[in-house]
Amino acid sequence: MDALIFLIPIALFLGGLGLAGFLWSLNSGQYDDMDGAAERILYDDPYDNRPKP
Amino acid sequence: MGTAAITPDTAASLNEAVLSVSNMHCGGCVRGIERALGDAPGIADARANLTTRRVRVRFDPRATDVSGVIKTLANAGFEAVRFDGGLAAADGDQKFLLRCLGVAGFAAANIMLLMVAVWAGLAQDMEGTTRHLFHWIAAAIALPAVAYSGRPFFRSAWSAVKVWRVNMDVPISLAVILATGMSLWQTAAGAEEVYFDAAVSLLFFLLIGRYLDAQMRGKAREAAGNLLAFAATEATRIEPETGAHSRIRSSAVAVGDRVLVASGEKVPVDGLVLEGATQLDTSLITGESLPRRAAEGETVYAGCVNLGPAIELRAIAMADDSLLADIANLMENAQQTRNRFVRLADRAAKVYAPLVHGLGAITFIGWMVAGAGVEQALITAIAVLIITCPCALGLAVPAVQVVASGRLFRKGILVKNGAALERFAEIDRVAFDKTGTLTLGEPALLAPETISDAELRTAASLAAVSRHPLSRAIARAAEARLGPVAGARDAEETPGAGIRAGETRLGSAAWVGFAADDGAETTVYLSRAGAAPLAFRFAATLRPDAQAVIRDLHAHRLPTALLSGDRAAPVASVAAMLGIDDAQGGLSPKDKIERLEAWKAEGSRVLMVGDGLNDAPALAAAHASLSPASAADISQTTADMVFQGDSLAALPEALAVSKAARRRVFENFALAATYNAISVPLAMAGYVSPMLAAIVMSTSSIVVTANALRLRWSPRPWTP
Repeated sequence: MDALIFLIPIALFLGGLGLAGFLWSLNSGQYDDMDGAAERILYDDPYDNRPKP
Repeated sequence: MGTAAITPDTAASLNEAVLSVSNMHCGGCVRGIERALGDAPGIADARANLTTRRVRVRFDPRATDVSGVIKTLANAGFEAVRFDGGLAAADGDQKFLLRCLGVAGFAAANIMLLMVAVWAGLAQDMEGTTRHLFHWIAAAIALPAVAYSGRPFFRSAWSAVKVWRVNMDVPISLAVILATGMSLWQTAAGAEEVYFDAAVSLLFFLLIGRYLDAQMRGKAREAAGNLLAFAATEATRIEPETGAHSRIRSSAVAVGDRVLVASGEKVPVDGLVLEGATQLDTSLITGESLPRRAAEGETVYAGCVNLGPAIELRAIAMADDSLLADIANLMENAQQTRNRFVRLADRAAKVYAPLVHGLGAITFIGWMVAGAGVEQALITAIAVLIITCPCALGLAVPAVQVVASGRLFRKGILVKNGAALERFAEIDRVAFDKTGTLTLGEPALLAPETISDAELRTAASLAAVSRHPLSRAIARAAEARLGPVAGARDAEETPGAGIRAGETRLGSAAWVGFAADDGAETTVYLSRAGAAPLAFRFAATLRPDAQAVIRDLHAHRLPTALLSGDRAAPVASVAAMLGIDDAQGGLSPKDKIERLEAWKAEGSRVLMVGDGLNDAPALAAAHASLSPASAADISQTTADMVFQGDSLAALPEALAVSKAARRRVFENFALAATYNAISVPLAMAGYVSPMLAAIVMSTSSIVVTANALRLRWSPRPWTP
C-alpha cells in the first residue's frame, strides 16, 4: 500500500497535465476553426502572414 | 480567436476588427482574403476563420480604418461587413461550457478511479485509514470541480428561484450541492460511503448535454450572423430654394422633401414619384424578382433599388415610419409572442421538480416517523434526490436534437435551435408564400419551341449584355438549346426599357415601337428590320417537386394554404396547379399575420414557408417557419429552419425528422422514468449505495444517448 503515496500523486499529475493541455488548446483558439485547417493545408505556398515590421 | 493574444505594447498602437465575409467558402477564399489583407498597407495581420466566415484583422489606425479594410476585401471580390460585437458573447459562452466540461471530465475520471478502488476494498480488506485517505483526496478534487463546473447550473437555477420558479436546473443544482455537502460531512465523520463520484459525474454528463445545445444554437447564429444593412443610409435631397443637391442621412429626410434617387441607388424613404419613370427592384419588399415599373404619381418604398434612370420623389414618410421600419416593428411584436413557447424540457421540469422534492420530503418524514434519527433520515432523503436527479432528462433532449439537426444539416437544412425542432413536430397546417417559395425566383421562357433557332440566337445575343431577369431567362433558354451564345458587340442597354444593337431591338412593347396586345410586364418583344415583332412570354417556374410535396402533405392530412402579396390571378393559377384550395392574393405583411392569428385562434399550429422580406413578420408570427436559402437575409434570420437548393422536399424531411425527434425525446423520458421507478423505491427504503447511484446514472445516460443516436440511421420516419 506504500506505493500509493507516490502513485496517486503521479496519476493526478498526469491527469492534470492532460487537463492543462486541453484548457491551453481551448484558450489558444485551436477549436475555433474546425474546417479551415483542413482546407488551408491544400495550399502550400509559404505565404508570410507574420506581422510586418 | 485565430490570432495570438495582443501584447500590451502592440495593443497600444493597433486596432482590431472582426469582419463577417459572406462569400468565404473554401481554403482558396481563406488564402485569397489573407493575401489581399496581408499585402494592404496598414494591416498588421489578418486571420480568416472558415467555420464562422469571419476575418479578424489588426490594423494601424493611423494608416487605415475599417472601411478601408472592407474596401480592400471588396477589391479582392469578397463582401465584408463589420461584425456585430454582441454575437461574440455567445462564443464566450460556448468556451466557458467547454472549460467546465474539461474540468468536470478530469475530476470525474480521477474520483471514479479512487471510488472504484474503495468499492473493491469494501469487499476485500482495505483498511479504514486507506479508505479515509481516498475519501479526502476525492473531496479535494470534487470541491473545486463542483464549484467551477457547476456554475452554469447554479446560475440558471438561482435566476429561476429568485423569481419563485423552478426549472430543470433547480433539482440538478440541489442534487449536486447536497451530494457534495453530505459527502464532505460523511468524510469528516469517517463514514464508509460518500457520493463525490455521483456529484461530479452528474455534472460531467449534464455539461455534455448543455454544450451540445449551445453548439447547435451557435452554429445557426453564425450562419445567420451576417446581417446586412437593408435601408439606404444616405439620401440626396434637392434643396427647395436653390435646387442644389445635398447628401444627408436618410433618417434626416422630412416628409415633403424632394429626394433624388440616382440609377442604381436604393430608395431611402417611402415616397411619391414626382418626375421620371423607372423600373425598381422590389425584391427586398415583395420577394418578386421581376422589376416593377414606377411612373409619376406612384408610391415607391424604401429599400427598393432603382434599376432605371434617376427619379425624383416627394417623401411621404420619415425613414422611421417607412414600410421597411413597419415590417421590422411587426416582426419584433410577432417574435415576442413566439418567445412564450415553453420547451419540452422545461415543461417536464414543471412536473418533475415538485415530484422529486416531494418524494425527498416524504422519505425524510417517513424515516423520522419510523423512529430513525435525523441524520439517517436526512442521508436517505438526500440519496433519493441524488438518484432522481434529472440526468437523463438533461441529456435526453439535447442529444436527440443534436442528432436530428445533424441529420437535417446533411440534407442541406439548417436548424436554428432545439425549440425549432419541437415546434416543427407540433404543426398541423402549412401556409406558403408564392414567389420564391413555391415558385423559383427566376422566370422561365414559355413555349420556347415556338421560337426558331435563329430568332432565339438573335435575342440571346442581345440579352447577353443585360442582367435583367427576363434577359437572363432568354439567355438560359438559348444556352439550353444552342449552347453558349456570344453577346452582340454593338448591343447597348437602356435600363428599364430594352436593348438595342443596330436595327435590332429587344425589350418592352414601347421600346420596340409596337402597340402591345397585352400590357403584362412579363412579355418581351424582339424587333428586327423588316420583320414583325416577336413576343417572348415568361412565367414563374414552380419548384420541381412542389406538386409532389403538396400532395404528400395532403396525404398526411395537413391542410395547405397560399398567402401571397402577388395579384390574385397568378396566385389562383399557381394554387390550382398545385392543388392548394385555400389561396389568397394581394395580402400585405399585416394581412398575412392576421390570417395566421385567425388560425391560431382556432387552435391551429401553422408552419409558414416564405422567403421575402414581406414574409418576415409572418415567419416570426407562425408557430414554426421555414425559408429557402435564396430568401432575403432577414427572412433567413427569422425562420426556424433554412433549406438549400431548389427542392421543396426539405419540408417533408424537416417535418419527418422533427416528429421522429419528438418521439425519441418522449422515449427517453420514458426510459428515464423507468430508471426512476426502479431506483426511487430502493432509495426511499435506504438501499441506495454510492456504487448503485453511479451505475444507475451512468447507464441511464448512456442508454438515453444511444437511443438518440438511433435517429441517425432510422429510415425515413413519417407519421402524421
